[in-house]
Amino acid sequence: MTKMLAFQTLRVVSLEILGSPCNLLANNVYSITKRCSLRSLQSQILRPLSSHQHNPKVPKVPTWEPVPEEQLPQPTRIPADLVDKLERLALVDFRTKQGLECLEKAIRFADQLHVVDTSGVEPMDSVLEDRALYLRDDTVTEGDCAEELLKLARNTVEEYFVAPPGNIPLPKREERAAILRHSEF
Amino acid sequence: MLGLTLKEVSLAFREGRISPTELCRKCLNRIKKTQRLNAYITVTEEFALKQARQSEARLLQGVPKGPLDGIPFAVKDNFCTANIRTTCASKMLKDYTPPYNATVVQKLLDQGAVLMGKTNMDEFAMGAGSTDGAFGPVRNPWSYAASYRTQAGSASDSDWVITGGSSGGSAAAVASCTSYLALGSDTGGSTRNPGALCGVVALKPTYGLVSRHGLIPLVNSMDVPGIITRSVSDAAVALGVLQGADVRDSTTVPAPSALTELPEDFDVRNICVGIPKEYHAPGLSEETRAQWSRVADLFEKAGARVEQVSLPHTQHSIVCYHVLCHAEVASNMARFDGLEYGHRSEMKSSTEVMYASTRHEGFNDVVRGRILSGNYFLLKQNYQHYFVKAQKVRRLIANDFRDVFGSGVDVLLTPTTLSDAACYHDFTQEDNRTRSAQEDVFTQPANMAGLPAVSVPTALSQRGLPIGLQLIGPALEDKKLLCVARWVEQNVGFPSISDCENTQESRKDPGATRREQASAV
Repeated sequence: MTKMLAFQTLRVVSLEILGSPCNLLANNVYSITKRCSLRSLQSQILRPLSSHQHNPKVPKVPTWEPVPEEQLPQPTRIPADLVDKLERLALVDFRTKQGLECLEKAIRFADQLHVVDTSGVEPMDSVLEDRALYLRDDTVTEGDCAEELLKLARNTVEEYFVAPPGNIPLPKREERAAILRHSEF
Repeated sequence: MLGLTLKEVSLAFREGRISPTELCRKCLNRIKKTQRLNAYITVTEEFALKQARQSEARLLQGVPKGPLDGIPFAVKDNFCTANIRTTCASKMLKDYTPPYNATVVQKLLDQGAVLMGKTNMDEFAMGAGSTDGAFGPVRNPWSYAASYRTQAGSASDSDWVITGGSSGGSAAAVASCTSYLALGSDTGGSTRNPGALCGVVALKPTYGLVSRHGLIPLVNSMDVPGIITRSVSDAAVALGVLQGADVRDSTTVPAPSALTELPEDFDVRNICVGIPKEYHAPGLSEETRAQWSRVADLFEKAGARVEQVSLPHTQHSIVCYHVLCHAEVASNMARFDGLEYGHRSEMKSSTEVMYASTRHEGFNDVVRGRILSGNYFLLKQNYQHYFVKAQKVRRLIANDFRDVFGSGVDVLLTPTTLSDAACYHDFTQEDNRTRSAQEDVFTQPANMAGLPAVSVPTALSQRGLPIGLQLIGPALEDKKLLCVARWVEQNVGFPSISDCENTQESRKDPGATRREQASAV
């Protein structure tokens, strides 16, 4: 699979979903079952499919053009220190090598963005950008629910949420892996 | 009784043919009978009966609150419900009980609707199959309908099909007649996808029309609460109740006009339907394409104008969505640190260790994967290259739609999913990210542009499973969109699941009385 075009994987996998029992690409004749009442119901539903003429305005074949590998930037490999940095920023670990592969695949997928020409286009933050959002008066209308909210937390003292000591940097990768192994849920 | 529309049930209430408490009990029994679908995480039996009794009292006094009074509904488990466990199908919020109701839930409760329970979903609404939640996957009710079973042949249970996601539980609840209305959330198609695979109507309103206050956010710039019902007029009733500006959600806009019922004078001959040619994506099944063609023909024969149009950046829309979604998810999931709510790890050597181990324990691989890639895209070195680039592509996509709607097209007709529901075994052969990238292809552009979209079931496939088509309309024209959707619904003749119910099963049921057996189907 040397010249793997981006969307061929998509197509191949999707067709696999359809599976072997459904012979969709063969003739449209519906096989009659032994259940009489069901047969009439289903032939009623499926008859339109078998005698149907294709509407010319609906495209008969996929219209997507696969993105050739040459147009994409080099596949990104994530160095170990970047892995470490991401784990600290996100406070989430990759758990396994599979996690790292998943990230690399996600980045590869996102690389397809670069074939789109966006010169002169402003980034869009929100679809509501062309209107002023409603602003209400600056008066207090609700609140005073500290007790209710404190009840939701595991560790509280009077009106404070209790956290373990801060200002201690996250341990190094190997130590972290050991700690997390102990904390399997 | 369980298969009726909202209006029919309201009428039945007023005519005294059934009372809200009886209906509530029927739905609760049905939930118990359909437990194998795993559609509900929490069933609020006591609360539901209490509300039903209150509704009954109002009815007897002749003062029902409106069309939704006494109607059972279900809510996806990422909407906050006061004093009722809200988990987002995650270990992180396994024991979280919010102190407030989401605005949309409050609006429905204020109308007298009866909350049946919280439905199952993909963890934190990330996924396209409702297979990755902490409470197990949701099964599609059509897996047990005779139309599918006769094909599947064996009586074995192992080839059940997925509901689609991530609001799979909500779609399954409505499709299996345990509730008349369900709320889902739609970020990239999470309401329309299961709607199409479960054969129900699924509406994603315009971004900003329905309040997101109380919806645990996934992607703030694309999330919209979705409405799932068995008929388009029911969806319109629900939208009428839920739409409108909310002071608690600054991204809401005032509703363009009140919506109580869809206008009766809709003439399809005044409509121009666009068929975007880029929506024939690789992997689209032959049957779905045939349905697309069939409905286009129906429109033409009825006198509507049907044109092929082009949305040139569609192909890149899924990639753009992928980047923006992961980036916003990384930001939104940062709030789960165990300190103020949710799961908290026992590790206490330092704050950072506590945060890291809490998130390690509370999130599953899908969520963690998205957070990590989101953080990668937001790194200073990558920010312009990925995130800002994706925002620019987003504008191009929104402009595509604006140009098409500006050229006289009233509504776009597209497929909702690539094919009918896959069986669980096949679906899980690929990881969540790949599946989401495949399945969300037709649905996420509407989220990128903030446009209303509705999925309407059109026919059963050869495997006996539903196929749905999607209609997309211009922003804030939800009413017109629903009129077109209603026309499609009236003209495609989609069978209800009770027609395809396994009659053998209902005959074997010892508990049901003869009357119940006859009316259950």
